[in-house]
Amino acid sequence: MKIAIEHPFGKKMRIHERLIEATLFGFALLSIVITLGIAIILIRESYLFFSDPEVELWGFLTGKEWQPMIGRFGFLPLLNATLTTSVIAMALGIPVGLFVAVYLSEYASDKTRGILKPVLEVLAGIPTIVYGYFALTFMTPLLRSIFGMETVQIYNTASAGLVIGILVLPMIATMAEDAIGAVPKELRLAAYALGGTKMETTFKVVIPAALSGLSATFLLALSRAIGETMIVALAAGAGPNLTFSPFEAAETITGYIVRISGGDVSYNSVDYNSIFALGLILFLITFTLNMISRKISRMFHQEYE
Amino acid sequence: MNDMNGQTAFGLASDVSSLMEKRRRNGLVWHIVFIFSTTLAVLFLILLVFSIIDSVFGYAVLINDVEPSALVAGKESVTDFNRAELENVARTRLSAGILRRVEYDKPIAERSDKDLVSLVEEYVVKPKVLKTWGFWGSLTERKAIETYIGENEGSYATFRSWLTPSFIMADQSADPLRAGIRTALLGSLWIILITFVFAFPIGVGAAIYLQEYAVDNRLNRMLQLNIFNLSAVPSIIYGLLGLAVFVRFMEPVTSGSFIMGTVDNTANGRTILSGGMTLGLLVLPIIIINTQEALKAVPDTLRMSAYGVGATKWQTIWYQVLPVSVDRILTGTILALSRALGETAPLVVIGASTFISVDPSGIFSKFTTLPIQIYQWSARPQGAYRNIAAAAIVSLLILLLLMNSTAIYTRDKITKKKRLEA
Repeated sequence: MKIAIEHPFGKKMRIHERLIEATLFGFALLSIVITLGIAIILIRESYLFFSDPEVELWGFLTGKEWQPMIGRFGFLPLLNATLTTSVIAMALGIPVGLFVAVYLSEYASDKTRGILKPVLEVLAGIPTIVYGYFALTFMTPLLRSIFGMETVQIYNTASAGLVIGILVLPMIATMAEDAIGAVPKELRLAAYALGGTKMETTFKVVIPAALSGLSATFLLALSRAIGETMIVALAAGAGPNLTFSPFEAAETITGYIVRISGGDVSYNSVDYNSIFALGLILFLITFTLNMISRKISRMFHQEYE
Repeated sequence: MNDMNGQTAFGLASDVSSLMEKRRRNGLVWHIVFIFSTTLAVLFLILLVFSIIDSVFGYAVLINDVEPSALVAGKESVTDFNRAELENVARTRLSAGILRRVEYDKPIAERSDKDLVSLVEEYVVKPKVLKTWGFWGSLTERKAIETYIGENEGSYATFRSWLTPSFIMADQSADPLRAGIRTALLGSLWIILITFVFAFPIGVGAAIYLQEYAVDNRLNRMLQLNIFNLSAVPSIIYGLLGLAVFVRFMEPVTSGSFIMGTVDNTANGRTILSGGMTLGLLVLPIIIINTQEALKAVPDTLRMSAYGVGATKWQTIWYQVLPVSVDRILTGTILALSRALGETAPLVVIGASTFISVDPSGIFSKFTTLPIQIYQWSARPQGAYRNIAAAAIVSLLILLLLMNSTAIYTRDKITKKKRLEA
C-alpha cells in the first residue's frame, strides 16, 4: 500500500511570485518594444516618403541638391555636412581625449587625478544646448577673428565640429582611460625591464595592447558626434549646402530634422515623411557604429582574461 | 669592450649617448604634449563657464521712447517718481485701451508703487535695448561704449545683471528686458515629473529582472545587448518616435480628450504627457543600466542568507536586496533625470518649440522647457537675446547642480543611516 506523503517543504506554486516575475519580465521586454517601435516607425514613414512620386531612391542617395520645395531630394549635402562636422570633431576629440587618458592613467599622481576626473565629469554633464551656445558665442567669433571675417561665415561647420569635439572629449577620455587601465601591469613592467622609457612603453606597448578598447571608444564617440543635434542646429547654419569648406554654413541631417519639425509641418506631407527617412539613415549609421564598437570591445575583454 | 674606441655592446659610446639623449628628449616632448592636452581640456571648461558668465553681466545701451524727465520735470528715473506722479502719469499717458484693461485687472489706485513703476516703464517709457556688452567687454571697451552712446542720441548705458529674481519669475515675452523663464521652468519640472513617474518603476523593474531573475540564455542576452544599444541611440531619434507614437498616434490620450472630451485643441497632442513619456523612453535604458550596476554591488552572501532562512525570491529582493541598494539606485536615477532635464532635441522634434506664455496647468497642457527657451533665444541674432539665453543657461546649470547635490546628499544620508542600523 502506498502512502501519499504531503511534503511540507516541497516547492510550492506561489502564484504572486510568478506574477511578479512575469511583470518584471514584461518591463524588460519593453526595451525590445521600443527598439521595434523605432524601427517600424522609421521604416513605415520612410516607405511613405519613397513612395511619393517626387522621390526616387537613387536620386535620394546620389542627388547633390536637397530642396524639398522644388522637389529635389538628394541627401548628399546633408550627409556631407554631417561628415564634415563629425570629422572635425574627431580630429579634435580623439587626440586630445586619448592624451588626457594617457596622462591620467600613466603619468598623473593620485592627487591630480582626483582634481581632473571631476572636471571631466562636469564637462560630460553639461547639456548639449549649452555647448551650442558656446559654439555660437565663443567658437565662431574666435574662428572669425583668427581666419578673417570674409573667410569664416557667421554659421559654419568648423565651429560646430570643434565644439562637438569638446563635447565628446570627456567621454573619449573616460572610456580610453578604462581601456588603458585594463592593460595588465606585467606588460608595462616587461617593457621597463627591457629598458623602454615611459613614453616608449606607452606608445609601443600599452596603446597597442589597448587598441581594441580604444577603437571601440572612438567608434562610439563618432556615433555620438554624428547624432549630435543642438550644437549643429545653432552653429552650423540652416539650409543644405554641398561644400567642402568648413568655414561655410551647411545643414546636417540632424539640423534639418530639428528645423523642419520645429516649424509647423503638416502630417502626411513630403517634408514630414522626409525627416523620418533621414532619421532612418541616421539610425542605421549610428546603430552600425555601435554594434561594431560593441563587437570590438567584447574581443578586447576576452583578450586578457 | 674596447674603451679606446668608445665601443660598447650597443655600438659607439657617443652614438649610444646621443641615442639616449634623443629618447629622453622624445619622452619629455610627449610628456609635455600630454600635460598640454589635459590643460586644454580644463581650459575648455573654464572658457565655457566664462563665456556664459560673461554674457550674464555687462553694460546694455538702452533708448527710451519717452524720457522720464519729459513726464515729470527734473526726475531722471521712473523709480524716483512719487505716488501721485506715478498715478498721474499712468492715468494720462497710457493709451485708452490699455488703461481700460489695466483698470479692469486692478484699479490704479489700489496698485502698489512697484507695480505702477513697471506699468509706466512698460507702456510709457518703453526702454529698448540697442546693444549689449559682456562683462569683459564692459571692462575693456569703455571707449567704444561711450562712442556708441554718442552716436545714438538719447541712448544711455546701464550696467545690469540679466539674471534677476524677476527674470526667473516673469513669463515669456518678445521683449528681452521683460522676458523671463517662469513658464519654461515650470514646464521643465512638469516634464521631469512625468519622466520620473513613467521611467522609474519600469526601469527598476526591468533591471531587477535582468539582474536577479534572468538566466543566461539567448533571449536575456539579446535583452541586455538591446538595452546597451538603446542607450547609444541619438536622442533625436527618440524625438521622432515620440512624434509618431505619442503626438500623432496616441493623440486622444496625450491631449486628454479621451477623459475630458475636447480640451485645449491647440495642443494637438504636443503636451507635457507626450514630452515626459518621450524623455521617459530616452532615459529608460540609462536607468536600467544604472540600477543593474547598483544591484551588482549587493554581495551574494546577503541573498544566500535570505534563502537560507527560507525567504522566497521576491521576499529576498524586496526585504534584503532593494533596501541595501536603494541609495545607488536613486543616485543613478537622478543622474538619468538630469540628462532628461538638459535634453532639447527630442522635445523640439515633438513640436514643443512654440511661443508659450501660459503656465502649464497639468499634464495635458502645452509646454516649453528651459533648454528649448535657451535654444530659441540663442538662435536670435539680436544681442540682448544672447544675454537672456546666458541667464537661462545659468538657471539651468544651477537647477542641475541642485539635483545632483541632492542626489549625493540623500545617498550619503541613507548610507549613514544604514551604517547606524547595522
